[in-house]
Order: sequence, then C-alpha cells, then structure tokens
Amino acid sequence: MMKLNAIENELLKNVADLHKIPSGAVNIRKNGEGVLRHSTANIEVRPKSDKPGIDVIVAPGTKNEAVHIPVMITMSGVIDVVYNTIIIGEGADVTVVAGCGIHNSGSEKSQHDGIHEIIVKKGARMRYIEKHYGEGEGSGTRVLNPQTLLIMEENSMAEMELVQIKGVDNTVRDTKAKLAEGASLIVTERLLTHGNQEAVSDMTIELNGKGANAQVISRSVAKDTSKQVFTPVVIARANSKGHVECDSIIMEQGKISSTPAITAEHPDAQLTHEAAIGRIAEEQLLKLMTLGLTEEEAEDVILRGFLQ
Amino acid sequence: MLKLESVDLNVSNGHEDFSILKGIDLELEDNKFYALTGPNGGGKTSLAKVIMGIYKNNKGKIFFDGLDITNLSITERAKAGISYAFQNPPRFKGMKIEELLKISADNNSLRARLRAVGLCPQDYLDRECDTSLSGGEMKRIELATVLSRPSKVVMYDEPEAGVDLWSFESLLQLIRNYHKKGNVISIVITHHERVLSLADEIILLADGKITERGPREKVLPLIQKESRCCWQANCGGNDDEIECY
Ligand SMILES: Nc1ncnc2c1ncn2[C@@H]1O[C@H](COP(=O)(O)OP(=O)(O)OP(=O)(O)O)[C@@H](O)[C@H]1O
Ligand SMILES: [Mg+2]
Repeated sequence: MMKLNAIENELLKNVADLHKIPSGAVNIRKNGEGVLRHSTANIEVRPKSDKPGIDVIVAPGTKNEAVHIPVMITMSGVIDVVYNTIIIGEGADVTVVAGCGIHNSGSEKSQHDGIHEIIVKKGARMRYIEKHYGEGEGSGTRVLNPQTLLIMEENSMAEMELVQIKGVDNTVRDTKAKLAEGASLIVTERLLTHGNQEAVSDMTIELNGKGANAQVISRSVAKDTSKQVFTPVVIARANSKGHVECDSIIMEQGKISSTPAITAEHPDAQLTHEAAIGRIAEEQLLKLMTLGLTEEEAEDVILRGFLQ
Repeated sequence: MLKLESVDLNVSNGHEDFSILKGIDLELEDNKFYALTGPNGGGKTSLAKVIMGIYKNNKGKIFFDGLDITNLSITERAKAGISYAFQNPPRFKGMKIEELLKISADNNSLRARLRAVGLCPQDYLDRECDTSLSGGEMKRIELATVLSRPSKVVMYDEPEAGVDLWSFESLLQLIRNYHKKGNVISIVITHHERVLSLADEIILLADGKITERGPREKVLPLIQKESRCCWQANCGGNDDEIECY
C-alpha cells in the first residue's frame, strides 16, 4: 500500500477530509499521474485510454457508497490537465468526493485544470463535494480551473458543494448543468479569497424538463485586494423552478461583482434571484465584542459562520 | 460601583450634531436592582451603550470599581465584567445558535442556558441565528448569551420586548436569580410596570437627562401620573378629537 508523507496527508485532509487512504473506490492523482486506484464491486474506476483522466462508473442501484478522487500537486511548475467522466447508474445513491490540493513551495506556477463530465442517470442521487486548497511558501502561483458539465436525467437528484477557502491564487470555475424532467439540483458555493487572489465563477443551469428544480446558493468573502466575479445563470425551458442567491462580504479593499441572471422561456417557469454585497454588519461585531472578543476574533467567528 | 460623571453624548449625521445625553451624573451601587425607564427616544439605550463602550462619550468620565474606564474598549469593558443585552440583537447569517452561545458559555452549560430561556436545545442548538428566528426567540437567545457570562454589571435593554406575556415572568425570574447570586449591579431598561415594581430604584431618563431617581415607592407614582396624556383635564373634547389644544 502507498505511503503518504506529511504534505500529502495535509492536502488530502484539506480537500477530501481523508485522514488515511480510503478503503472504498478511490483514485488519487499526484503531479499529473495516477498513483493509487481502486475499484469496488459496484464502482469501477478505470483510466481513460485516449487522454489523461479516469472513468468512474457507478453500477445502477448502488447505495451508500462513496468514491474519492482527489488530486494533489506537490511540485512547482506542474501544469496538469485531466478529463474525468463520472456516470452514476440508475437508482444509485452515492457520494463523490473530488477536490484538489496544491502545495507549491517553488517559484513556478502550479496548475490543475479538471474537466469533468458527470451523468446522473434516471432516479439516481449524487452528493458531490469539491474542495480546493492551496499552500506552500513559494512565490509560484497556485491555479485551479475546474470545468464541470452535469447531465441530470429524469427524476435524478444532485447536491454539489463547491468550496475554496484558502490558498488558491487564481480560479476560473465553469459549471454547466442540464436538468431533465423532475430533476433536482442544489449547488452551494463557498469561497474566500485573500491577498491578491482572483476567482471567477460562471455557471449555467438549464431547466429543460417539467418539474425540474435548481437552487444556487453562493456565499463568499473577499479580503485584502482580492477579486471575485460571479455569473450564475438559470434558464427555464419548461414548467420548472429556479432560485439563485449570492451573498458576499467584502473586507479591506476586496472587490466582488455578482450578476445572477434568470431567463424564462416557458410561461410557467418560476425563477427568482437575489444578490447582496456588503461589509460585515457593524452591529454583529459590536455584539461579539460585548461578549469579550476582540474585533479580529469577532470577524473570524462571523466569517466562519457565514462560510460554513 | 459604577459611576458616571457629567457624561455627554453627541452624535453627528454628517451635517449637524445632536446632543443625546446631557450631563449625566449617576452612581449605581453593588447588589442593587435598577429599572431605567422613560419616553421613547429619551436616551436609555444610548446610556447603556456608553457604559458598554459601544458609544464613546464626548465629555465626562466613567468609573467602575474605582477604575477610570472612560478610555477602555468594548472588549476590555466586557472582560472587566460589564454586559449588555441588546434591545435589537443582531442576526448572524450562517452562524448556529450553538456557536453564538459557545462564545460565552462552556460546552456543558449550553443546553441548560437554552432551556432556562425557554428554548428546547434539541430544536434550537443547530438552527441559524438568522432572520428565520422570530423576534421573541432572538431576544431569548440574546438573554442566554449574556446570562452565560460572569458579570458584575448587567444591562438588559427592554428584555420584555417581543416576548409573549406568558413567558416574560419566567425570563424575569432568570434575571432576578442572576442578580441574587450577588456581587452584581442589574440595570433593566423597561417600560413594563411589573419590572418597575420589582426594582430597588427607578431612574427616569427623558430628553437625555435624568429627571427623577429614587426608590420605587417614590418614583412609580410620579411616572404613572406623568405618562398619561391629560387631554381630558387640559383640552376637553372626545377621544376621537384630531387636534390638541
Ligand atoms: N447612532 C445614532 N445616530 C443618530 N441618532 C441617534 C443614534 N443613536 C441614538 N440616536 C437618537 O438619540 C435619541 C435617544 O435614543 P435611544 O435609543 O437612546 O432612546 P431610548 O430611550 O432607548 O428609546 P426607546 O424607548 O425607543 O428604546 C433618539 O432620538 C435617537 O434617535
Ligand atoms: Mg432603547
């Protein structure tokens, strides 16, 4: 069995909540190569033959299993592009833990571009967690550009948690989802940027079938001189429902632009959006200070709550 | 002992200064239960905020147990044992009630704190302190955060506001029990006759000045008289009269 060093342990803990190598289906990719792969009776993990990446095939009806497919970059100067296809079989109910951690202690850019295609078959449920994390004392930047295409068949359900709290210098996230009749999707996005990091998140959700339902809940914090741009778009082409919520806190000289958009192409579509950007409410800080916290401690507690 | 000496508070709206507290002199003794009352906008909340350090007084000094605390920050005053339960407690998006309470209570007493303010821990610990909580629920949580702290001065800003009539008595008991533990000055800002009737002393604040202060037997009758509009005696007419004379 593969041994992990301290840096690798730290990365895995931060992106996949893994404290040891998981026993179920898994694929760990390090510095552009698969270093550990394991399938189970119901979940097959196999490398692609034509390009870098893997196929994850979850057999129909698989219940209560998880598959971990974390990516680590521990060297400076690595540009890793990977194509993953994930197919959740009919009626299955599984958790997919993706995510990428970069430890860059050198001076060159380290980059991971994960290109995912996910198909959730009829009546299947998927919980998908993708965490991004960066660390390392080097001046080399840490860049993550995930692209996800999510195809949801009739009456499928998906919950996506997209989290990036620390250490990623540059992200362009592109998420597309197409929902068929009765499909239901919840996307929660949590983002914190600091220093002069930049993050862009584009999202397009198409509600193509009757009764489809999508919710996007995005919460973000921009500190120091960092910048964020959000453009979530929901398009309803059927009698369906969609809601987009973007809530952001700016601190110091942080900049955030958020432009949720909703488009109805069906007379019975119900779409709503709300967006708010502002500093931490003064009253919140004051209240916590009256409980004995310093201003910095109070900010911390407020941000932790906001982003969880 | 808490002592205020010629305290003034002005606030500015950018164009002009308003005088909110005008020459407040006040001495509050240990182990006494005070009620602070007076008309809306009289300056009660402002006075509490000045004592807590949320507002900085423009003139005068504040002493606590002989120490000049005029220039101490909110945090320092909190650590010295001063507490304030907000009239309108702020909400925190995303923060669980459990996390808010944990700032002042230890893990063991969390549940007991919630139970004491009449909220079932099982239902509430995991809920968010956001706008989904009702006004009365939020006031109870506010009270719980304050009663979890070891304080020497506790100011409760209209604890009755938004709390249903049936539960207020038990919340009031909580405040009194905290007071009975001893070594604490309790100040309840209130418009509630029941609270006034329990106070050792009543302080009347109107138009930024202390207009009356003394044992309840003396002050209560004064308030009862003053707070009534004497239109019947002064103006005559019916009670659907539009103008005052
Ligand atoms: N930050 C502020 N900016 C401007 N005006 C203020 C500010 N704080 C208080 N005031 C004004 O000062 C006066 C006193 O307000 P305060 O809240 O202390 O009254 P109160 O006695 O607590 O009233 P209530 O019984 O309605 O709670 C009011 O006229 C109020 O509008
Ligand atoms: Mg008030």
